[in-house]
Amino acid sequence: MHIDKDLVAASATPLVLAILADGESYGYAILKRVRALSAGEIEWTDGMLYPLLHRLQRLGYVTTEWRTPPEGRRRKYYAITNAGRAALAEQQQQWMTVTRALKDVWPGSGAVMTALGEA
Amino acid sequence: MESIESQIAEWRAYVENAPGVNGRDVDELEDHLRHQIAELSAAGLSADEGFLIAVKRLGDVDGLSREYAREHSGRLWKQLLRSDADEQAHPASGWVEAFAFAAAAAVAIQVARLAADFPHEEPTWFARNVGFFVLPFLAAYFGRGRQLELRAWVLTATPFVLLALVINLYPYEPESSTEELVALHLPVVLWFVVAYPYMGGTVRSHQQRMDYVRFTGEWFIYYVLIALGGGVLMGLTAGILEPTGVDIDKVAEWVLPSGAAGAVVVAAWLVESKQRVIENMAPVLTMLFTPLFAVMLVCSAVVYAVTGLGDAFDRDLVSVFDALLVVVLALVLYGMSAREPSASPEWMDRIQLVAVVSALLLDLLVLGAMIARIGDLGFTPNRTAAVGLNLVLLVNLAGAAWLSGRFIRGRARFHQLERWQTTYLPVFALWAAAVVVIIPPVFGFD
Repeated sequence: MHIDKDLVAASATPLVLAILADGESYGYAILKRVRALSAGEIEWTDGMLYPLLHRLQRLGYVTTEWRTPPEGRRRKYYAITNAGRAALAEQQQQWMTVTRALKDVWPGSGAVMTALGEA
Repeated sequence: MESIESQIAEWRAYVENAPGVNGRDVDELEDHLRHQIAELSAAGLSADEGFLIAVKRLGDVDGLSREYAREHSGRLWKQLLRSDADEQAHPASGWVEAFAFAAAAAVAIQVARLAADFPHEEPTWFARNVGFFVLPFLAAYFGRGRQLELRAWVLTATPFVLLALVINLYPYEPESSTEELVALHLPVVLWFVVAYPYMGGTVRSHQQRMDYVRFTGEWFIYYVLIALGGGVLMGLTAGILEPTGVDIDKVAEWVLPSGAAGAVVVAAWLVESKQRVIENMAPVLTMLFTPLFAVMLVCSAVVYAVTGLGDAFDRDLVSVFDALLVVVLALVLYGMSAREPSASPEWMDRIQLVAVVSALLLDLLVLGAMIARIGDLGFTPNRTAAVGLNLVLLVNLAGAAWLSGRFIRGRARFHQLERWQTTYLPVFALWAAAVVVIIPPVFGFD
């Protein structure tokens, strides 16, 4: 199934924030988690994750730290802030409202996901 | 493994050269690349194959660099403008177009000058309208460069037409001070009008507002440089032609207005296309002058706090104070726009805070003295304009001081500070517009 580009872009922020809400992480691990969560259906161009993370940092939703793990290379870790959690809660509300509205207007709740994909 | 390392090094060098991407970003991307290669190798691919797939997945470098530049527009804002696909379609639209608009402005001001017989006569309409002979060409230059749609063209032209009607239909009294105020404030209003085509037909984007602030600062530097060069040229011409008996004043009468008008567009074009040269100069100038101004402001604030404004306070002093406050604000804004937003507070931010707080104190002193004077003598157009400007500045400086204090103590993000300034920009525009449009009728065009 191909997911519309705009939809992928719109869902990127809440997805990344939600993943970071589970604990700090770094770029590659975040991307793997997105693939696992969507069973490979949400395809990002890998590189685009980083400008997004930088934007979240500028907005104060995440903090960053360069660290060298014992076994490996220097790596940039991202952790969510309180402002980030608030933004995530806000995003959740919005997505909930949208999906509820779609569910109500489309017969059969299963139709929601399919139709989103065709959008 | 040897070859994969050299391939990664080559890739690194290539990505590092992309506009908007800095070394730290590439470190991060390289970490990602190595992870991906390791995982693909574990799945049975050779390192070479893994490298190819990993690079492909990162996305093409042009697109990536555009995303980075969009996020870090402060880092290298012009490459973003210049690497836009539609601009590449017209590579020739550079200097020819800029010089055409510059020539048009030069001719327009010359025609107006001849009609006014300036400088032998000094009709007030000439001074009042001077912005209209130059800035529409700058607006049109940006409009063409950004390929505005018809609607945006109309919205760009409307304020020019309305303001031209308003300021020329008002029946000013002879020697009217409201007319002087109009002449002083109109260029400011028109400069804000030019922001609309500069931003490509929008005014809502805060990042683009910051870009316009940046543009204004760079434009100013270029304009001063061009003016200096022009001064040297005129001086030498005068020296060489003097023995031949050519009337150099006559020459200057023709060359100066056209040169000054044309340079407005040429400086704008230079900012857009030769950005890389000045980019190193502008932050250095800000770094140099912010501490100097901070020292000067602290001294003046202390002196005036001890002696009080008292008798020294008159109209000229108010203008000097206001000019000083505007310069401080310009330094703050410009320093902000040249700064890496994600960096944590450093000594420059503290010095800036000192400058802002001292400026705030001076502004309060001036305001107090001015309000006392208005209490004694009542409102005049000049006093109203001055009080208004000082109030507008006071609110801005107070907000800036409050937020940068919080930022330095780690309670606020730099982003909020930037937001405050970009949100406040329209207030300046509205105030200048109010002086041009509302104050003259309120004071009976006196």
